[in-house]
Amino acid sequence: MKRIALLGMPNTGKSTLFNRISGASARVGNWPGITVDLMSAKILIGGHIAELIDLPGIYDLHGFSEDEQVVRHFLASNAVDLVIILLNSSQIDRQLSLVLQIKKLNLPSVLALNMADEAKQTGITIDTENLAKALKMPVLQISAKYGDGLPKALQAATVIINQNLPASDPQVISKLLQEDNQIEQEMDALIQNNVQIPTTFTDSTTDKIDKILLHKWLGLPLFFAAMFALFQFIFTVGKPLQDGLAWALQLLRTGMLEPLFASSPAWLSGLMLDGVYNGVSTVAAFVPIIVLFFLVMAMVEDSGYLSRAAFLMDALMARMGLDGRGFVMMLMGFGCNVPALMGTRIMRSRPMRLLTMLVIPLSLCSARLQVFIFMITALFTAKQAPFVLFSLYVMSFLTMFITAVLFQGQYKNSEPFILELPPYRFPTLRQIILRGWQEVKHFLTRASKFIVIGVVLVWALTNFPSNVPPASIGTFAGQIGTLFAPILDPLGINSQLAIALIFGFVAKEIVVGALAVIYGLQGDALMTQMATQIDWVQAMSFMLFTLIYTPCLSTIATLKNESKSSAFMWLSIAWSLGLAWVVSFVFYQGARWLGY
Amino acid sequence: MQLLSQLKIGQQAVISAIEADETLFHRLSALGFRVGKPLSIIRQANFSGPLQVRLGTTDVILRSTEAARIRINTHST
Repeated sequence: MKRIALLGMPNTGKSTLFNRISGASARVGNWPGITVDLMSAKILIGGHIAELIDLPGIYDLHGFSEDEQVVRHFLASNAVDLVIILLNSSQIDRQLSLVLQIKKLNLPSVLALNMADEAKQTGITIDTENLAKALKMPVLQISAKYGDGLPKALQAATVIINQNLPASDPQVISKLLQEDNQIEQEMDALIQNNVQIPTTFTDSTTDKIDKILLHKWLGLPLFFAAMFALFQFIFTVGKPLQDGLAWALQLLRTGMLEPLFASSPAWLSGLMLDGVYNGVSTVAAFVPIIVLFFLVMAMVEDSGYLSRAAFLMDALMARMGLDGRGFVMMLMGFGCNVPALMGTRIMRSRPMRLLTMLVIPLSLCSARLQVFIFMITALFTAKQAPFVLFSLYVMSFLTMFITAVLFQGQYKNSEPFILELPPYRFPTLRQIILRGWQEVKHFLTRASKFIVIGVVLVWALTNFPSNVPPASIGTFAGQIGTLFAPILDPLGINSQLAIALIFGFVAKEIVVGALAVIYGLQGDALMTQMATQIDWVQAMSFMLFTLIYTPCLSTIATLKNESKSSAFMWLSIAWSLGLAWVVSFVFYQGARWLGY
Repeated sequence: MQLLSQLKIGQQAVISAIEADETLFHRLSALGFRVGKPLSIIRQANFSGPLQVRLGTTDVILRSTEAARIRINTHST
């Protein structure tokens, strides 16, 4: 099988191109020589099945950052038949250095100049034919976003693949990587002869938007207002979808599944209906909101607004020993903590990386969001709901800030803060849909892995030993709840909620499913039941605990992998559990003392 | 001769020297900071936050501490 590597600088639209070529067939895989996972996809090119690998975005091959190391090690350990190099046309003057570095390695290459549309608008003209001659490789202008020029680029790739040249020899590459000089001069000569850039370059639209969004005093309030509006949007649009799906799932149960299991033994129908079906369907009802959430996140991420957030927040972050990029990672953590933790690889100073990794698990990820939406809907009015949710987001930031301030003395660093500010871009519908679909897939894998096993376990714990009433104090679950009562009672967390919290340690997606199984109810009936069992102070205390304590096993595993230190992992677990307990305790006792 | 951190917003200048350790030097040059390149400062974030610097086609944000490593010549008007 042929192997094609996709390589380029950050912010050049590499992932967009990868998604466009591979469709939705991408998967994550391991590669020799490197410890991180890379996305790859099987594609058909010129009668060959080829494997397309999406390498991390890098500025050069010198290998100072972890991503650059990954690319070096990949090329030095894996034979490749073709490298597709992707550059941003409007920044060709400085990005060409990467092409020359690849060229030095004698790898068969195709150069794709992305964002041809943007370059055209700014008056940049590139003589691709001459450039191709000088570089001795095909040069094509494309737009990964709209797909323009893509067939031609793939055609050029096919021609090279069909030549059946021997694949690269990793050992030779490894040697060549040691020596790279002269590239600067060669690059300047090429640019001077082949590229014309107007002297006064201004992307007026981006400048106009920046005048408002990066305004000295309005910038930050606007940023938080925009975030609030987005969450409000997700809630208002997502809620009816969620209700509709919950209704349909309930209908499926009464209309089809109950008659189906009517004649089977009581334990089987109990396990299948009250265990698996109740648990999974309660969680599944949240899928629309989560998808909506990721669509909005994808839009914000691709728009270029996150780098602006880094710019606005850096001064504040610096006082906590972090920088603007750390703030962006916190925001990414709102989607899922795991990729946010991996994103800290761009930081070179280990103390800063560790400090950032210590705060990320406190960001309110989408799995926690499910729990909160469930609890809020059950115990608060529709008017109160957005404000309660927003207060949890504020709380998430507060705990992150407190953690950073308290630990910054331990993790002193002098990491420079330099970041590119890309122009604003509007993602296309296709990009958004592909991204949404990937999230749904991710959710379904997690669902099949954790949720089903989790809810079955919860069902077993709440139904055995079989000589006592289900979910009563005599069951295993009840006994565990009693065991934890001395610690959790002062927080207003009862034994049913305690079981859900214990399972939440594995993954927060289980929490809501576990509650459904513990109470043996789903949908509205479950929410009504919860509302009679606990009051809003207890619910809030439970949510605060859920917000702060360890997010899930995947996060813990990632923490350990990325920090390469068990001690750091344990510190993170102990700190989050301790902080969760203290915050919930203060809130619960305080609210009770005030008479609520 | 002046430091980039002292340049006023809106003023044009040309990089005359970069005084940084190898890692920082590399990172700066990868983003387009090279001797002889013209640049200007677009804005600075509040509370002495980072500077937004425009180099040719690229906008870069960096802190004043990093900007103080870059020596510049201002255009004589």
